[in-house]
Amino acid sequence: MKTARYLAVTALSVAGMGANGALADDLTLCWAAWDPANALVELSKEFEAESGHTMNFEFVPWPNFADRMLNELNSGGQLCDLLIGDSQWIGGGAENGHYVKLNDFFDAEGISMDDFAPATVYAYSTWPKGSPNYYALPAMGDANGWFYRRDWFENADIQAAYKAETGQDLREPQSQQEMLQIAQFFQGREIDGQTRYGAAIFTERGSEGITMGATGALYAWGFKYENEPGSYDMEGAVNSPEAAEALEFYKTFYETATPPGYTDSYMEQGLDAFKSGQVAMAMNWFAFFPGLYADPDVGGDKIGFFVNPPQNQAASTLGGQGISVVAYSDKQDAALEYIKWFAQPSVQAKWWDLGGYSAHNSVLNDPGFKDSAPFAADFLEAMDAVQDFWQEPAYAELLLAMQKRLHDYIVADQGTAQEALDKLIEDWTETFEDEGKL
Amino acid sequence: MSQTPIDRAAQATPTRVARRIRGLSDRAIAWIFVAPTIFLLLAVNIFPLIWTINLSFTNFRANRPNREVEYVGLRNYERILTDSDIWLTMQATAHFLIWTIVLQVLIGFTLAWLINRKFRGNDLWTTIIVLPMMLSPAVVGNFWTFLYQPQIGLFNYVVAFFTGADPSSFEMIGSVTLAPWAIVIVDTWMWTPFVMLICLAGLRSIPDYIYEAAAIDRASKWRQFWTITVPMVLPFLMLAVLFRGIENFKMFDLVVQLTGGGPGSVTELTSINLKREAFEKWRTGYASAYAIILFVTVFGLASIYVKALNKVKER
Repeated sequence: MKTARYLAVTALSVAGMGANGALADDLTLCWAAWDPANALVELSKEFEAESGHTMNFEFVPWPNFADRMLNELNSGGQLCDLLIGDSQWIGGGAENGHYVKLNDFFDAEGISMDDFAPATVYAYSTWPKGSPNYYALPAMGDANGWFYRRDWFENADIQAAYKAETGQDLREPQSQQEMLQIAQFFQGREIDGQTRYGAAIFTERGSEGITMGATGALYAWGFKYENEPGSYDMEGAVNSPEAAEALEFYKTFYETATPPGYTDSYMEQGLDAFKSGQVAMAMNWFAFFPGLYADPDVGGDKIGFFVNPPQNQAASTLGGQGISVVAYSDKQDAALEYIKWFAQPSVQAKWWDLGGYSAHNSVLNDPGFKDSAPFAADFLEAMDAVQDFWQEPAYAELLLAMQKRLHDYIVADQGTAQEALDKLIEDWTETFEDEGKL
Repeated sequence: MSQTPIDRAAQATPTRVARRIRGLSDRAIAWIFVAPTIFLLLAVNIFPLIWTINLSFTNFRANRPNREVEYVGLRNYERILTDSDIWLTMQATAHFLIWTIVLQVLIGFTLAWLINRKFRGNDLWTTIIVLPMMLSPAVVGNFWTFLYQPQIGLFNYVVAFFTGADPSSFEMIGSVTLAPWAIVIVDTWMWTPFVMLICLAGLRSIPDYIYEAAAIDRASKWRQFWTITVPMVLPFLMLAVLFRGIENFKMFDLVVQLTGGGPGSVTELTSINLKREAFEKWRTGYASAYAIILFVTVFGLASIYVKALNKVKER
């Protein structure tokens, strides 16, 4: 009797395993701690139910995300099976063997990169850039955009005051200079009995903040990293007169149109400044826009969104990430299973519904997409003109040099814009010489 | 006759072992006792130091284990010593070091002298004064960023109350001129109690009869202070300066939390700069050379200082 019972239990267990197709694994997905990460937790419940695998999540706050995750990869750590890493990490991830190359897997599973927006495939998946070598699946499209207090912009008294002061209508800015003018108009202005300020921009020194903010102006003025892509010839591109002008513009913006004490601010500080009613406008990643729109105090009818305004050209700073399988994981099969599941159009549609930014064409090209959220059309417009930082294996060194030169000039008021950019070329040249690329 | 513990240990030792030990010289037994300590010292101190010196002559990067490592001779040292940005971080460190020590010694000694006078509530005041140094530097750094906040920070309001200035008219951690002082103020607030405690120990070690003898000789309070108090507390004070000097030379957590090295790089102390080179840029060889330069600097200065301290003690 006892034996029969034992056999029955064994048979049931085997049958159960068969239903799931394989042994269940505990997978850990690493990402930054922000709004879309919560949406992904929700989305992944479906994967758990379908596959039998258990999903764990390691979310690290943005200021420490790169530090924490790159240390993890460099030490060959097994904390993460899946990593949604920043676009700039792709070079290091590929060349240092941190990420699994996904070409064979994509071919075997019929996953085509043609199904994803070309800009996101180029930025999040390929290394060397633009080559058909894929180390990630585009997971979260993103760019730096702007939002503003629509209720203030539409207030008749404020509109009249703006008209009287500038001779122009108060509207969503159509250029970087117009945006500065509007921000300066709001700077120190009394609205509803409180002093308000122009805009919250990125000035953070420690990780990537001021670079991500200032490049919004630099790209719009026509800044380029190299004279010819892949040449590492930076003289005249990085320190062009247009680049210097853009940097001077960002410094003026910082000095004349931001709240006091705004010297080391990034995403969180910008969101706080906007939600507490301190500023009329703020820059931040599109990833935060669903949460802002849902905010009971400043969301809904009170908020409006716009794409980074052009100056000499239309351009936005690229954010966003691809999802990669970590080469040190001993659960790579299960991790690949997750990617296969995530790449499905139905899952991508749900991802967008939950607040994630899908890069799948089936979602982006849907006729109803532009009207699906008040910022959806801006997102598409931004993604059409995105530019990204260096994605070289030495990206961290390149980024830290830019952080230092920009912060020294913009916040610490040392030297001129031209000097800052000239020194930046010296730093980057030294790095590329060390890398054997120059 | 009662047995001593040594007798009991000798009797408990098995004859075979006892015979073997009896054959060892005193020097051999001494080596057996110190060997584990020496082994640990070699493993956790000396070996890493030698390894770091070795790495400092290479272009090694810890995040590129597959890249070929090349010996670059003294290039890393040359780069560091001719880099104007590194000299700026050295200047920032020197400013921080000198002013924190000066302020902590002056305020710490004054507080110790006051606390040493017997009055009601003496113990309570001692406990209150000592509280800041019991906090975590990361916590202190964090909450001082709020105190320094130009719009809501208490510090700005207190200064505004006494000066009549607008609280949001100045930024302690956002201004190039004020930020170096902002970190000095916080470190002084946190670590003055430590100097005070050491000075207090020195003051309490002075026997009363010396002051009584001086009083009989009709020495004024002022003369007693300069000829008895100061010389007898000086070795303690110098010890406090040594501790604070070494600690502040490698200051990291408090300043990172407070300013992150900014604005620009005006509060980027050498330890912060070194961390960025080693663990953010991953220039391991370069950072090793940097660490060796700092080590030699601290070691050299500390050795000179300890010699001076010993001379003061001998007086």
